[in-house]
Amino acid sequence: MMLELIGISVLWLFLFGYIIVGSIDYGAGFFNAYSIITGKEHILSKIIQRYLSPVWEVTNVFFVFFFVGIVGFFPQTAYYFGTVFLVPGSIALILLGVRGAYYAFETYGSRGHKGYAFMYGLSGLLFPASLSIVLTISEGGFVYIEEGNPKLDYQALFASPLTWAIVVLSIIAVLYISAVFLTWYANKTGDQTATALFRKYALIWAIPLILTASGIVYELSSHNPPHYERIFNLWWMFAISLILWIVTVWLIWHKKRYDVAVWLMIFQFAFAFFGYGAAHYPYLLYPYLTINEGFTNQAMAISLIVAFILGLSLLLPSLYLIFKLFLFNEDYVRGRKEKE
Amino acid sequence: MLFEDPVFASRMLTLLTLTFHIIYATIGVGVPLMIMIAQWIGIRKNDMHYILMARRWARGFVVTVAVGVVTGTIIGLQLSLLWPNFMELAGNIIALPLFMEVFAFFFEAIFLGIYVYTWDRFDDQRKHFLLLIPVALGATASAFFITVVNSFMNAPAGFDFVDGQLVHANPIAAMFTAAMPTKVSHVIVTAYMASAFLLAAIAAFKLWKGSSHEYHKKSLYLMMKVGFIFSVAAALIGDFSGKYVAEYQPEKLAAFEWHFETEEGAPLLLYGALDEENQETKYAIHIPFALSILAHGNPMAEVTGLNEFPQEETPPLVVHYFFDTMVTIGVFMMALSFIYWFGIKLGWSFVRASWYRLLIVIGGPLTFLAIEAGWWTAEVGRQPWILRGIMTVDQAATSSDYVGWMFILFLILYIVLGAGTVFVLRRIFKNNPIEKDLEKYNKGGDPA
Repeated sequence: MMLELIGISVLWLFLFGYIIVGSIDYGAGFFNAYSIITGKEHILSKIIQRYLSPVWEVTNVFFVFFFVGIVGFFPQTAYYFGTVFLVPGSIALILLGVRGAYYAFETYGSRGHKGYAFMYGLSGLLFPASLSIVLTISEGGFVYIEEGNPKLDYQALFASPLTWAIVVLSIIAVLYISAVFLTWYANKTGDQTATALFRKYALIWAIPLILTASGIVYELSSHNPPHYERIFNLWWMFAISLILWIVTVWLIWHKKRYDVAVWLMIFQFAFAFFGYGAAHYPYLLYPYLTINEGFTNQAMAISLIVAFILGLSLLLPSLYLIFKLFLFNEDYVRGRKEKE
Repeated sequence: MLFEDPVFASRMLTLLTLTFHIIYATIGVGVPLMIMIAQWIGIRKNDMHYILMARRWARGFVVTVAVGVVTGTIIGLQLSLLWPNFMELAGNIIALPLFMEVFAFFFEAIFLGIYVYTWDRFDDQRKHFLLLIPVALGATASAFFITVVNSFMNAPAGFDFVDGQLVHANPIAAMFTAAMPTKVSHVIVTAYMASAFLLAAIAAFKLWKGSSHEYHKKSLYLMMKVGFIFSVAAALIGDFSGKYVAEYQPEKLAAFEWHFETEEGAPLLLYGALDEENQETKYAIHIPFALSILAHGNPMAEVTGLNEFPQEETPPLVVHYFFDTMVTIGVFMMALSFIYWFGIKLGWSFVRASWYRLLIVIGGPLTFLAIEAGWWTAEVGRQPWILRGIMTVDQAATSSDYVGWMFILFLILYIVLGAGTVFVLRRIFKNNPIEKDLEKYNKGGDPA
């Protein structure tokens, strides 16, 4: 029992990490493309490139970590989700392929190429949207068992307002998270024009974010009442999340303490995300697969947790190093060269 | 519709993805070591040519890494999408090395980012060299862990089946299977070898096109030396692999060699064509006793023939061609690099001749063909099993009907990625020839 909880918490934490760093990445790619197309390239691109270049690969590993980890800790997810997720999963992979390739081609080949930047921005926005379908599927109601094999009911999936609400939320969340982060980052570089622009984007996306998030909770009340009820029991987590959102927007509105705003934004999503996850417990795929049924054997669980701790002890110092060298390095951020 | 059978379609899509990914993965494992060697020699000899070599290789390397990361992510997820039943079972036993592979990859990704973006931040090249150690270590470690997983599929171990239930799972025992030592070392060493010959081919191409710059000559000589050393290692380990296969997967070896009847003092067949119905080989070169030597190290040893195995458990006989391709190219490249090394030392003029350089140019892609052929040998030779002796590919594949369509989508993606890589790499190096980089370097600027 303990091990299952550790397993799912670790995975949920990494998925959360991916959502934050991934959103910054995907949103930045979109803003980059948008700025090139609207001729504001000179304002934004430099800042985005400087942040993105050293960390994009690290971002991707968070994603790999999650799906390797979930198959490791909960092998049965491979069976259920693997079978039904073939088409949406493949489309997500193709978007990822387009994105990764155009990133490389633009950054290392020909900087400022409109076509590359456009493909990069668009695929980055659609990728999380196509992945978020898995959240809809896990709510139940779209998977049926035929001849002993799970099948996905595409018609029900695409006709459901829940699907589209989650897709829209994922896109808006990407743009909001990214804009808040980049406001802070641009401010650090001392670039006032870019800061003002990102601040504007952050404020634009703040309202739709809360509207769609509430819409999903409303959808759930009719789609999956037991889940809705558990969300309701955890109302305080979502209330905290809402307050954090208000304070974040207030800070950005008054152009105060962008660093605090970024942290509040992260915690806002953390509360909502972990609240949602806790409410989903104990189901991985409602109603077929629970955490307890799908868990791996004792020996594997223990060795995975040991590997995880050893891996983290290698990873955390390295992550600290990359942050120190790039993100939190005054000279690098401001685009100055520094000799050590 | 195309590929109506999901099992066949899943096999084809996995073949497609892996065949494409292996090109980038091999470069990803081998090139960091070459960059490290060049940087090290540059520091030791205080020769900026080698430092620039490391720098220029790294610049091209990041493009291949980007595509390699993408295709690697694709195959990682495709395993669950296309082989859900296999992953459900395997997840219970073999998840540990998969998990560790991600950490190795994480580690490499972090330090590669730092290495590439701190070129102009360190005056001391030795500091910069230190960053390359985790990159090369991480690259090799991920090859190690992922090949451990593949070894497990060839020689499952570390668990028991009782009444169809998996019990006594032992993740550590599952990692150290009988197939692991030869497989892992062969994969790593051939990746080093292929990367060295690829970089040698680039240098040879420049010289063949008429450049006579010292830089290209140094690069060619260094990579031919390194390539030779690793090709010898590859051949030695390849021989051990043969002995392993003879012992543990005799049907695979018999299929490699079209060896139908069990006999002592078995001959080795080189090339040839097979008449499948009559089990007759035509045009093949017979080397007496060589198969017995390859399999057991004894010319009179008995080698089990294919006829001893039930028909539905024998691999497709096409693997013979793959096997011959791999071995022939391996031997050819070993000879080519050995003659070059000695030729330069002893001052033979023909190794500097245009035709010899052309052979080296062709050698680069050929080595990659050998890598592909080797993987096809190993993987097709494992048919019909996905987990040898436990689960066939038919039992493992998805039941989804849309795999054929996905195949087409991914094929288009890989064509775009492959063409894009070639296009971008050519552009980068066309716009930045070594002369221009050297000039920038001498002026104290960043040759990027």
